[in-house]
Amino acid sequence: MRYFRDMPLSAAIGLAIVLLNVLMAALGPSLAPYAESEQVSTQPWLPPSAEALLGTDNLGRDLLSRMLYGAQTTLGIALIATLISFAVGVTLGFAAGTLGGLLDQVLGRIVDVLMAIPSLILSLLMLSILGTGVPVIIAVIATVDATRVFRIARALAMNLSVLEFVEAAKLRGERIGWILGKEILPNALPPLVAEFGLRFCFVILFISSLSFLGLGIQPPYADWGGMVRDNAQAINFAAYDPLIAVAPLAPAIAIAALTIAINLVADWMLAKQNRTTGGGEA
Amino acid sequence: MARLLDIRDLVVEARTMTGDWTRIVDGVSCHVDAGEVLGLIGESGAGKSTIGLACLAFARPGARFAGGAIVLDGQNVIELDREGRRALRGPKVAYVAQSAAASFNPAMTLFDQVCEAPVRHGLASMAEARREAAAMFRRLQLPDPERFGDRYPHQVSGGQLQRAMAAMAMACRPKLIVFDEPTTALDVTTQIEVLAAIKDLIRDYGTAGVYISHDLAVVAQISDRIQVLRHGRTVEVGATKQVIEAPQMAYTRELVTARKEHPKTEAGPATEAPLLQVRGVTAQYSSGLQVLSDVSLALQRGRTVAVVGESGSGKSTLARVVTGLLKPLTGEVVLEGTALPAGYRQRTRAALRRIQMIYQMPDVALNPRHTVAETIGRPLQLYLGMDASARRRRTAELLDQIGLKPEFAERLPGELSGGQKQRVCIARALAAEPDIVICDEVTSALDPLIAEGILQLLQRLQDELGLSYIFITHDLAIVWNIADDVVVMRHGKVVESGPKRQIFTPPHDPYTELLLSSAPEMRPEWLDELLARRAAKGVSTAA
Repeated sequence: MRYFRDMPLSAAIGLAIVLLNVLMAALGPSLAPYAESEQVSTQPWLPPSAEALLGTDNLGRDLLSRMLYGAQTTLGIALIATLISFAVGVTLGFAAGTLGGLLDQVLGRIVDVLMAIPSLILSLLMLSILGTGVPVIIAVIATVDATRVFRIARALAMNLSVLEFVEAAKLRGERIGWILGKEILPNALPPLVAEFGLRFCFVILFISSLSFLGLGIQPPYADWGGMVRDNAQAINFAAYDPLIAVAPLAPAIAIAALTIAINLVADWMLAKQNRTTGGGEA
Repeated sequence: MARLLDIRDLVVEARTMTGDWTRIVDGVSCHVDAGEVLGLIGESGAGKSTIGLACLAFARPGARFAGGAIVLDGQNVIELDREGRRALRGPKVAYVAQSAAASFNPAMTLFDQVCEAPVRHGLASMAEARREAAAMFRRLQLPDPERFGDRYPHQVSGGQLQRAMAAMAMACRPKLIVFDEPTTALDVTTQIEVLAAIKDLIRDYGTAGVYISHDLAVVAQISDRIQVLRHGRTVEVGATKQVIEAPQMAYTRELVTARKEHPKTEAGPATEAPLLQVRGVTAQYSSGLQVLSDVSLALQRGRTVAVVGESGSGKSTLARVVTGLLKPLTGEVVLEGTALPAGYRQRTRAALRRIQMIYQMPDVALNPRHTVAETIGRPLQLYLGMDASARRRRTAELLDQIGLKPEFAERLPGELSGGQKQRVCIARALAAEPDIVICDEVTSALDPLIAEGILQLLQRLQDELGLSYIFITHDLAIVWNIADDVVVMRHGKVVESGPKRQIFTPPHDPYTELLLSSAPEMRPEWLDELLARRAAKGVSTAA
């Protein structure tokens, strides 16, 4: 708990929002007053009321329930995709950065090719070829993101592997697994954790973009990006009752809040990292 | 003489990680008269650089002046505003930093940088300033002075760059120059040329100086008076001769004796076959630069062979060949009569275990995320197959052997001092129960007293355990104190090798002679005598 002691207010707020989102994703479905695609009213875009706390969506479904179910889908897919991209990116990046040579060249060029194509276009292409199931979405996002993680992990490993404690480990006769896992990884962890937070944000936004374009999570399942698209029209009726705007704004605010919150936490962790390693005397 | 600089009860505070302010200079007073040089001596953290920068009314980011006064030429510089400070820096007080390479702007020619101050301050036109700078370059014996300034910093050598920095400091003819370890990063032979240049300059222009160093012998050559600092306070102050010959305080006495010679008792002639031989090694890096040519070396069991040379002599590359990090083009490394595979990947773990390495920078030689127990325990587990409880016992023994308390086992490197880290590196090497330990400049990053402790520890371990050392160093005083045999290297070749006594008694190889005579001695007259001797023999100071 010493880690959290000198936390600034911004990071504390960020962490609170992140935890709230995690709770929502974990417990959402059991807290939701209605089922995911249950119509509670025949009227779309009802303003908030006692029956539907956030009102209803374009098909008269309870918006709060959709938000809670959507949290699980959005955060779950983002988390799994980010985890996979890090597992792949860090492993390959470390191997390329430490071993160098042909492996580095081959992996480097593959990544160059993938990064040369705009990621949204690449993903849309792959999704329209492979279909839009959840596993495919995860695979596509993980692949696109792994290229970015690879670049960072490779750079970190290259910087660390020339340090003498890594040289000492090589001369000791350690195997590559030990060198990557025990010598390099612990020292690369803080920047990687900060990067994880940022990547996670990008992935949420990316899923939302895909859903907004109609190639993401398919109806009737709820996800925040898709909900923004479905309810975007409601903004036109806000002139008659401002509360109707809740329908498109609630999921948009949820995405924005989570993104900002994660960035606040990541900023704090990066600053903390700089303080502990850069605080040496001149 | 007129008092030029008067520092009274100076207090400088720095912000700690917890946000509190701690005193890094704690009530220091000192003074410099016109034309006088004051030497500031102390270990790292003594506050000497902070005082030096304070003379320019500068406190490092995160530090602040918290008390006292710095009166320079009748003006308290701490109270100066922005414009006042601008008028102060350059015309009244100038600064020569430790690393000229890091202080010059690599994208500007030397002329532009040296002439900038006098032109900005309106003291000279660009043409006049260039003429002045060229004249100064000539005084400082820089090559081709008229055109030297047209070069960029990377086009001149380290010693030349340091002299160019002295020229830059002199450009506005300041009354006081602060020299902050100007020769520490240089080789001994280059150090002489820079020291001689600085001394000349100060004498000829009557400039006063504050000369900061951790090396008492170097300070003794330049200073009229010496002030010894420790933990931000004054330990002792006095005339140079008095401080060196009759130090009053225990700490100063330690500093003086740490530099003195206490030669190792002589080993007899080699009787048995050498434990390790390097035979005719030629090596180059992938860039094609040849760094070793036909280097041979023999190490007897239980003895120390010192590999001596300046930067670029190939001594560290030799260590990389012995450990197998760099495969030689020709030649071999022979351990007890058997040639070792050239690359470390081809060597068996048993062979790797027998040759251990201790590095120059203990900060990067230890994994910052591994505790001391993990660091020391790993070779025990890997080579000796010890289980957790056996490792714990042995780690405690090793900590005891290197003079650290058992509770250090759970600390991370960040919680250790430089000397303690180096001791942990030694323990890690010992844990492998090696025959040979390669020590690569193991004391050059440490303060003198700490370094002395490390050397004594290494000597004790050799006596107790019969270890054999390959000791790589540029410092001849260390060689004298710990070596049995010496190999002198220059430009990747062995210049001279043999038992220590033979190397240290004349006649020498000319390069060995140059190295030996360049090692500063703790006598204020040493530099002048040496320069006179070299001038008589027609040896140029510039190596």
